[in-house]
Amino acid sequence: MVSQKKLRAWIEVLQKVYAENRQYLIDLDSAIGDADHGINMDRGFTNVQADLSKTDPPDIGAMLKTVAMTLIRTVGGAAGPLYGTFFLRASTACAGKTELQAADVVAMFEAGLAGVLQRGKAELNDKTMVDALSPALVAMKRALGNGSDFRQIIQQGAAAAEEGMKNTIPMLAKKGRASYLGERSIGHQDPGATSSYLLLKTAVDVWG
Amino acid sequence: MKKLINKPEDLVPESLAGMAAAHSDLINVNYNPNYIVRADAPIQGKVGIVSGGGSGHEPMHGGLVGMGMLDAACPGEVFTSPTPDQMEAATKAVNGGAGALHIVKNYTGDVMNFEMAAELCLAEGIDVEAVVINDDVAVKDSLYTAGRRGVGITVLAEKICGAAAEQKQDLKKVADICRQVNANGRSMGMALTSCAVPSAGKPTFEIGADEMEIGIGIHGEPGRERMPLKTAREIVGIMSAAIISDLPFQSGDSVIVMVNGMGGTPLIELYLVFHELNEVCKGKGIKIVRQLIGNYITSLEMAGCSITLLKTNDELLKLWDAPVHTPALRWGV
Ligand SMILES: Nc1ncnc2c1ncn2[C@@H]1O[C@H](COP(=O)(O)OP(=O)(O)OP(=O)(O)O)[C@@H](O)[C@H]1O
Ligand SMILES: [Mg+2]
Repeated sequence: MVSQKKLRAWIEVLQKVYAENRQYLIDLDSAIGDADHGINMDRGFTNVQADLSKTDPPDIGAMLKTVAMTLIRTVGGAAGPLYGTFFLRASTACAGKTELQAADVVAMFEAGLAGVLQRGKAELNDKTMVDALSPALVAMKRALGNGSDFRQIIQQGAAAAEEGMKNTIPMLAKKGRASYLGERSIGHQDPGATSSYLLLKTAVDVWG
Repeated sequence: MKKLINKPEDLVPESLAGMAAAHSDLINVNYNPNYIVRADAPIQGKVGIVSGGGSGHEPMHGGLVGMGMLDAACPGEVFTSPTPDQMEAATKAVNGGAGALHIVKNYTGDVMNFEMAAELCLAEGIDVEAVVINDDVAVKDSLYTAGRRGVGITVLAEKICGAAAEQKQDLKKVADICRQVNANGRSMGMALTSCAVPSAGKPTFEIGADEMEIGIGIHGEPGRERMPLKTAREIVGIMSAAIISDLPFQSGDSVIVMVNGMGGTPLIELYLVFHELNEVCKGKGIKIVRQLIGNYITSLEMAGCSITLLKTNDELLKLWDAPVHTPALRWGV
């Protein structure tokens, strides 16, 4: 189970995680993009942190909506609308809730991913964040179905995201800026898949 | 990295402040959300022409706001798409009841942010049409990728659509003209050196002293091929061949040409590039009827250039020649 407090802790730690990984994400994006992904994520979650500290949302849905609107407003790039839509859909899935059971957490990720797919129209193996998020959801659903405990569910999600992230290295990019490189996008890890993996890894660290 | 800046994070707003102070007769600048509008906006009954994109391509887009061109421009962070709240606010600020045209360059971020903005505007009862510009022949076009990038044709489309809107043509017509310009225009760029994003603090890509990048994007994204540096004549040969064969431009066609500097290339070289291009076009029977030579869609301090050709007709040419008065482009007034 995740309380509202723990969910908020996840978002707060994400700010630190993206600040610490700013240069790493910049470096990944310079290889196949425009070197701004680390800047975008750091700016977005720093603003989220500032906005959250000014509010006391009544439930998890409202809190995630603040996260979404701040990301949409301050991230820009591709990551802004994509992560913005992820958290907006996640917020709808958590409307009115003040704690989440394992099934609720999985439903939250499922709604978020559906938003990313609708907004970005990427498919699996296009070398995007979807390649980390989608396997993560599959793994979490499987673990939930197996009756695994909460910690195992999130852990397996993060492990699948990590594998998905690494699997982007040999892929040829078909969406986003990296697709302009064609063959030259091969051999590099996708920055968005990396930030998505960090999203799940941080959930394990904070909730586990 | 050496730059004339105070703090990287203050570059965009401080540069906007300079534009506002320098051109208060033409434009107004709004901060948080950041956008630039014509000083006389909104104009009743006129379609609002709104564009935007990452900063670092100056004068595009903010320097192209004014009579006969853009009604509003939304600057993002350097090389990062602006956000939907900026676009929505800018669109509202220039809405004179005839709706707005969003001119969007084909980059995933720009397209998705403008899509969200259009949804927000529609919800507020403002008619919005969006046209996505994708003229860069360096990128292979495919239904299964993000497609071609929007580059030089954006400047020409903004001029031509701005003129059409100024004549109070309706939204559908102005959007059709924009699509027509996009469909008949092609561009390609090249780089001699990299650019450096201020907040990144170092060059976006490494390039040897004797190398060039053909097909470069306007954010320092690699293009088609890294090759040993060649003469201007050979470079223009490679670029013009890719552009001309793509549409294709044919003998007897009339074209508007832009030879654009990437930010770090002197005019003396751009004029030489135009000379070489003029020779190529003459040889192929393509008639250059208008030309624009200078820095219009730049990539910070990158050295290099891009070439844009637009197949034109009487209607487009009249719109091109119509008066324009913006910080960076001015004629007929
Ligand atoms: N259509 C898409 N669907 C899902 N994810 C995408 C899509 N396009 C890009 N991405 C993800 O976005 C990441 C890049 O995000 P980033 O913040 O660098 O934006 P950007 O592409 O540079 O945006 P902009 O072009 O406006 O600057 C990629 O690594 C990829 O994972
Ligand atoms: Mg990027």
